[in-house]
Amino acid sequence: MTYEPDEPSDEGAVRDTSPAGRRLPPRGSTAVATAQDPPPNGWAVRMRDVAKSFGAVIANRDATLDVAKGEIHALVGENGAGKSTLMRVLSGLYAPDGGTIEVNGRDVTGWKTTDAIAAGVGMVHQHFMLVNTLTVAENVVLGQEPSRGLTIDMARGIADVRALSAKSGLVVDPTARVADLSVGEAQRVEILKALYRGAKILILDEPTAVLSPPEVQELWQVLRALRANGGTVILITHKLDEVIDVSDTITVMRAGRTVTRMATADTTPRDIAKAMVGREVALALDASPGIQVTGENRAMRADASSKALRIALAVDGLTVRGDRGTIAIQNLSFSIAPGEVLGIAGVEGNGQTELLEAIAGLRAAESGRIVLEDTSLIGLDVRARADAGLSHVPEDRHRRGLVLDYTVADNLILGRQHHFTSRGLMGGTLDRTRIEANAALQIKSFDIRPPIASLPARALSGGNQQKIVIAREMGREFRVLLAAQPTRGVDVGAIEFIHAQIRAARDAGKGILLVSADLPEVLALSDRIAVMYGGTFVTVLPAAECDAELLGPYMTGAAA
Amino acid sequence: MKSSLYKLASAFLAPLVALAIAAVVGDLLILSFGQAPATVFRLLVEGTWGNPYGLGQVLYKATTLTCTGLAFALAGRAGLFNVGAEGQLAMGGFAAGIVGMLLPSSVPAVIATLLCLVAAMSAGAAVGAVPGALRAKFGASEVIVTIMLNFVVLALLNWLVAAKIHVPETLHTPPIVAGGVPRIADAFPAFHGSAANWTLIIAVVAALVSAWYLFRTRAGYELRAVGLQPDAAEYGGVRVSRVLFTTMCLSGALAGLGGMNFVLGYKGYYEEGFAGGAGFLGIAVALVGRNHPLGILLAALLFATLSQGGLAVNALVPKQLTDILTAVVILAVATAVPEVQRQLRAAASSAASSLAGAMRREG
Repeated sequence: MTYEPDEPSDEGAVRDTSPAGRRLPPRGSTAVATAQDPPPNGWAVRMRDVAKSFGAVIANRDATLDVAKGEIHALVGENGAGKSTLMRVLSGLYAPDGGTIEVNGRDVTGWKTTDAIAAGVGMVHQHFMLVNTLTVAENVVLGQEPSRGLTIDMARGIADVRALSAKSGLVVDPTARVADLSVGEAQRVEILKALYRGAKILILDEPTAVLSPPEVQELWQVLRALRANGGTVILITHKLDEVIDVSDTITVMRAGRTVTRMATADTTPRDIAKAMVGREVALALDASPGIQVTGENRAMRADASSKALRIALAVDGLTVRGDRGTIAIQNLSFSIAPGEVLGIAGVEGNGQTELLEAIAGLRAAESGRIVLEDTSLIGLDVRARADAGLSHVPEDRHRRGLVLDYTVADNLILGRQHHFTSRGLMGGTLDRTRIEANAALQIKSFDIRPPIASLPARALSGGNQQKIVIAREMGREFRVLLAAQPTRGVDVGAIEFIHAQIRAARDAGKGILLVSADLPEVLALSDRIAVMYGGTFVTVLPAAECDAELLGPYMTGAAA
Repeated sequence: MKSSLYKLASAFLAPLVALAIAAVVGDLLILSFGQAPATVFRLLVEGTWGNPYGLGQVLYKATTLTCTGLAFALAGRAGLFNVGAEGQLAMGGFAAGIVGMLLPSSVPAVIATLLCLVAAMSAGAAVGAVPGALRAKFGASEVIVTIMLNFVVLALLNWLVAAKIHVPETLHTPPIVAGGVPRIADAFPAFHGSAANWTLIIAVVAALVSAWYLFRTRAGYELRAVGLQPDAAEYGGVRVSRVLFTTMCLSGALAGLGGMNFVLGYKGYYEEGFAGGAGFLGIAVALVGRNHPLGILLAALLFATLSQGGLAVNALVPKQLTDILTAVVILAVATAVPEVQRQLRAAASSAASSLAGAMRREG
């Protein structure tokens, strides 16, 4: 398995094999997903039965999209529903495996990005593709520079950009350097870039993920102005308030398929959330043995609540800043009892990463207290926190959880290397004998395959790589476990195994904080469920009272 | 067993291919001078490994190159690109020369040599500490800082020697009184006339200790994790910025150690410009040696042979021929070995982003 560092979140479908597979709704069970009557202005985009797989992983199947000219069309769905893949097919980045694509009535199936740009289809990606050291105007005209003989006519470029900026309402100084812009301004440059290339159909991939509320309102103004000028906008999002705010029509995707298409005026956030999450989700998962909610499990919950007098982990008034310096966690307080799993549900990017990093000591807390049983963790470094009894399964095993070029044996001591040194004179030397013994033990008890300690971690499958992390963090003495996306990109067998390990740890009295983008997983494993949105818990409920339909609106900010 | 054999073979494959390419280019160049390649190459081998003097010169040159190669490799393993070995080497030699000059002759030889060794390594470490601290504290690219610091250090030493402490009519310091390293020729008269000295042993020990440090100690485990995946290292409780700082200091110390070879073992004084590019050639040594201390010992011998061989063949072809061969080997390795490419690219992007940041602050 190779590491793809900058995958957009929707590519979750690509790696996230098994849950998607089980979450697939049966064919034909859903509402009519296609529009029959042609709109007054005609169709801008018609995608029919589009299929796209990456290896064994299906990102899109039977995906259908109808977008009328001159509308703002919202494409919604959970992480990994296949929205980004579908749009990448539309903009020519991926060739579809099957299905047809029409743009403005012309069959363009399998076209290239250059064809798409020439036909007026422009995509603004979630991750900006700008040259930071160049100015706004230089970025906008890049690739289509106005020239005078052999030189670039930058004066004209600046004038062009200024005119386009005034016309579209995308206010930004053409002579400013991109590196000096705010995120919102950088996004305007991306949109200007698409418009400069003559985009009539503009695709925006989660444009508001990085914007502040006033910037979001400005963006809506721009999109409405584009619509007024006959432009078509396709907006990928999973925030329901936005969908209601700005769109004319909504297409909902789930597990690679188009589920339904509806007019925004005729629907409610609750309906959209239901379509996104899907009743079939909960039903399909209840039937799965791996994450069944058993009677024994419920008994454990009752038991756990009686133990609530003691506290495994307490977080009090925690405030943490994100990478951009904005507040990512706002005054958050909660506690976890020994033998309790607190599950955090929520769309990624609402502060979950920052929360776990702050508890693990990887990110400084602005203010607040973090206490593990009787040890205050604030001021301790990562190593001291681990030694205090904190285990951490990080969300990204390729970036943080493993050193991919290290052997399985060496990875099995990461974070505990100071416990594997020789004693006495050669105090700084690693004790190979104990490292090998540890590896042999963990490989056996966590069934890591192939059982070869000297293999580099890179050579193992995703599921077995994750087992290395799980073995390291759970195959030792610990009191609190932070588990982030513990089964992401892991095969079915490994999922069951990892879930069983988490349950066993809970039964052994460990406090567990579980973060997962996979809602069924959170539902199946947690005793209590907190929904995180905008850096805080919008609700905390006993798991017994929760289901996907209830949580959906909280996750998307529709019910607060 | 089979896999480790395979690994060993693949580690040697790229350098061997690079050598083969260099040989072909060398043939063509020799032919263009109207000489027979076989004759010239025989002369090259005879003039280097074929007699004790030539071998001594090769070993002498390889000693310095081993130190600067190790300096680059240690930093490289932590993801750092130390271009500053040239300045660190010069500073190490200067410090050894000054301490050797100041020590009274009554100090026992072993202690005096040890004091000079400590001085050379500390001085190199101090020069390495500057880019290390700037990188650890402010994220400044060590590529830029080490390049610039070379100019600063060399100019500073030039001024110190020329204006303060030189022997009149020369550009070198007064000779050392105590702390000299005996020449190999003292024990094996056949090496008579060659500059080879027992600093060679110190360099080999430095390589063995580096290998032990990198692959057997906890510090080495953490250092390599920082180089491979800094985020994973941080997650594993490693204080990444501290490792970056320590590694630059150690890297500078290894380069500084190389200064002993010239000052204590060969001339007996510090002379302006003695480093003569050995710091930069250390980069090539480390790249060809695949950043492995034992590979570096071999690569240092290779480049030392080419350098000394140039003098041996000078009668038939210009000695710059072997400079060209050296360059061809470096280019071939840089093209063929993926990890070298990765390292070069990382260095380039770190330098570019650092420069862009500086330009932005100025503009």
